Amino acid sequence: MNSTAEKYIRKEALPFIFCPGCGHGIVVNSFLRVIDKLGIGKNQMGLVSGIGCSSWSPVYLQFDCLHTLHGRALAQAEGLKAVNPDKTVVVFTGDGDCAGIGGNHLIHAAKRNVDITVIMMSNYIYGMTGGQRAPTTPYGAITKTSPLGNEEHPFDLFRLVTGAGATYYARASATHPIQLDKAIEEGMKHKGFSFIEVLSPCPTTAGRNIFSFKTPSEMYDWYESQVAVLKPGQTEAPDGKIGLGILYMNNERAELCSVQAEKKEVARNEN
Amino acid sequence: MRIKKLSDSGVKLMQGNEACAAGALAADCRFMAGYPITPATEIPEYLSSRMFAAGGVFMQMEDELASINAVIGASWGGARAMTATSGPGFTLMQEALGYAAVTETPLVVINVMRGGPATGQPTCTSQDAVMQARYGGHGDYEIIALAPSSVQEAFDFTVRAFNLADKYRVPVFVLSDETVGHTREKLLIPESVEIFDDEYQGVCREYFKPDENGVPPRIRFFQGHDVLVDGQLHDQRGIRAGTDPAVCAQAIRRYCGKILDHIDDISSVEKFFPEDAETLVIAYGSVSRSALSAVRRARDEGMKVGMLKLNTVWPVPEKEIRAACAGAKRVIVPEMNVGEYLREIQRIAGCDKVQGFSSIGGVFPAPKAIYEKIAEVT
Ligand SMILES: Cc1ncc(C[n+]2csc(CCOP(=O)(O)OP(=O)(O)O)c2C)c(N)n1
Ligand code: SF4
Ligand SMILES: [Mg+2]
Repeated sequence: MNSTAEKYIRKEALPFIFCPGCGHGIVVNSFLRVIDKLGIGKNQMGLVSGIGCSSWSPVYLQFDCLHTLHGRALAQAEGLKAVNPDKTVVVFTGDGDCAGIGGNHLIHAAKRNVDITVIMMSNYIYGMTGGQRAPTTPYGAITKTSPLGNEEHPFDLFRLVTGAGATYYARASATHPIQLDKAIEEGMKHKGFSFIEVLSPCPTTAGRNIFSFKTPSEMYDWYESQVAVLKPGQTEAPDGKIGLGILYMNNERAELCSVQAEKKEVARNEN
Repeated sequence: MRIKKLSDSGVKLMQGNEACAAGALAADCRFMAGYPITPATEIPEYLSSRMFAAGGVFMQMEDELASINAVIGASWGGARAMTATSGPGFTLMQEALGYAAVTETPLVVINVMRGGPATGQPTCTSQDAVMQARYGGHGDYEIIALAPSSVQEAFDFTVRAFNLADKYRVPVFVLSDETVGHTREKLLIPESVEIFDDEYQGVCREYFKPDENGVPPRIRFFQGHDVLVDGQLHDQRGIRAGTDPAVCAQAIRRYCGKILDHIDDISSVEKFFPEDAETLVIAYGSVSRSALSAVRRARDEGMKVGMLKLNTVWPVPEKEIRAACAGAKRVIVPEMNVGEYLREIQRIAGCDKVQGFSSIGGVFPAPKAIYEKIAEVT
C-alpha cells in the first residue's frame, strides 16, 4: 500500500472486494491523492455511496461513510449536506447505481445544483451482479441480459446531466491518472453539483461479456486507444474518440445550500 | 432529557396535520423532506417556511424514495429529521425504512392513513397501514408506532416519537389517519416539552456496540468517529458480515430485542371502566373516540362495557391487552380495515372471545354503529 493510501484506509474493512485489474481501485487512489493535496480535514468530509462494486469504494476509507441502498446515494447525500452545508460531501457511485435505478435522483440533484461531488465509475455494465446491461452499455453490445445484442442506446450522460442543471462535468479514465486527479480536484473545488464520469474498466464481467479480452492489460490498452485528452474549450474529441477533460463549468447558477441559507435569513426576519 | 420552553404555548385552533408539524418543530426537528400526497400534504406545506424560520431545512423531493433517504442522510448529519406521507408514499419508503432499522437511524415518519390498496381512496380515511407499518419491509426488525386520535395527541405523540427514535435509535411512525389529519379542534401547546438529548462522549470506534439496553452509541457524522453506516448486516465496527451467521443472527436479535425488551417503557394505553367490563372494546386512532362515545352510551344504559385505548400499537402492548381481556367475556375490535390489529388481539386473548368490527371503503364508524355492535353482543 502506498503511503497516501496508508494514511486514509480503514484497515479493518480490507480486503477490497475489487477484482485484480478493476479500474475502481485506481479511482480510489486518485481520490486519496486529491484529498491529501487539498488537505481536507478529518471532520470536514462525509462520503456516501450506493450499491455495486464501485459503491464499495468509500467503505474502505477512514471517513464518516454512508453505504446506502441501490440508487439512493444522492438522496441521502442531499439530506446530509442540507444540514451540514459547510461540510464536503462526495458520492461514489456506478453507472447502474447512478444513471439506472438512481436516475431520477441524479437529474433532480443536478437540477438543484446542490454542492455535492459525484464520482461515477462507468464500466458499461452491472459488475456486481455479474454482467447485465447498464444504462451505459453500448448499442448492440452483448451482456448477460442482452445476449442478442443491446436493444437500447446508452445515455448521453454529458447532455443529460448538464441539461438537468449540473454546473461541473468532467470525463476521466482510469487509464489516465493525471487527468483523473485533475477532474476530481477541480470537481471538489467547484461549488455546485459536480459530476465526474470516470471510465473504469471491469475486466471481469465487461471484459468477458461485452468484450473478449484475455487479460486486464489488453483491456486497458483498448481503453487507451479509445480516448483522447481534450484541449481547453473542447467538449468533443476529433476522430470520434471519447474526450477526457473538464467539459463544462458554470459559476453563475445559484447553488442550493446558499439559497437555503438565504431563505433561513428571510424566514427568520419575517417571524 | 432536557426541558425545552416553548414560545408559542397556549390554546390554538389547529388541524391534526398542522399539529403534527407543530409538534415536530417543538421537538427540535430541523429537517423535513417530503413529497405531496393527500391527505398528508398540509404537513410539508406547514413546514415549508417555518422549518427555515427555525434554522432548519425543508426540501420537496422528487419522490418518496428520495424523501425518506434524504431524511436518513440528515439524521446521520445530526438533525432530528422527518417525513410525512400516506398510502402509496409509505409503500415506496419501505426499503429505506428497513435500511434505517438495520443502520439504527433515528427518524420519524408521519403516515396519515388513507384507503388503499394502490391509489385506493386518496381522500378517504382508513387504518389499513397498521400491519404495513410493522411488516412493510423485508427482513426481521422492530419499529415503534403511535396512533393519535385527536389534534392534541397529534402534537403530543409527534414530540414523543422524536424522543423514542433517539432513545432506541429506530424509525418511529406516527400512524395518523385522514380523520385526525383533517380534524380542526382545540390544541393546547404546553409551556415546555422534554427533549431526549443523550449524546456519546469521546471518540467512538465501535459504532454499533450496544449498551445495557441493546442500543448503540448515539453518534453522528463530523464528530471524529469516522462512522461506517452500512445496510449490509455488520459487526459492531460497521464492517460487513453478511456471510457470518453468528454475527448476523445476533444483529437481527438485537434490532428486535432492543424494542421488545422495552415494551413497558414504550407502551401507552388508557383504560376506561375496567372494573366490571364484561364486554371490552379495544381501539386506537380516530376510531377510539367514536368507540369511547359508544361505550359511554352503553354504560348509561346499564351495560357492563369497558374500553382499552391503545396510544402505541407497535410494539404490541401485550401485557395491558392480556390483563384487560382477562376479565371480559367478549372483546370487540373496531378498525377501519378488514381486521388487521384484530389478529394481534386474537393472538393474545384467543379467537373465541375476540371479534372484529370492520369499517372499510372510507367510512368512519359513527358512535351509533359501534354502540349497536356492543348492544348486539352484550
Ligand atoms: C433495489 C435493488 N435492486 C437490485 C439490486 C442488485 N444489484 C446490486 S449491485 C447492482 C448493479 C450495480 O451496477 P453499477 O452501479 O454499475 O456498479 P458496478 O458493480 O458495475 O461497479 C444491482 C442491480 C439491489 N442491490 N437493490
Ligand atoms: S466485477 Fe468488474 S466492476 Fe466489479 S470488482 Fe470485478 S472488475 Fe471491478
Ligand atoms: Mg457498472
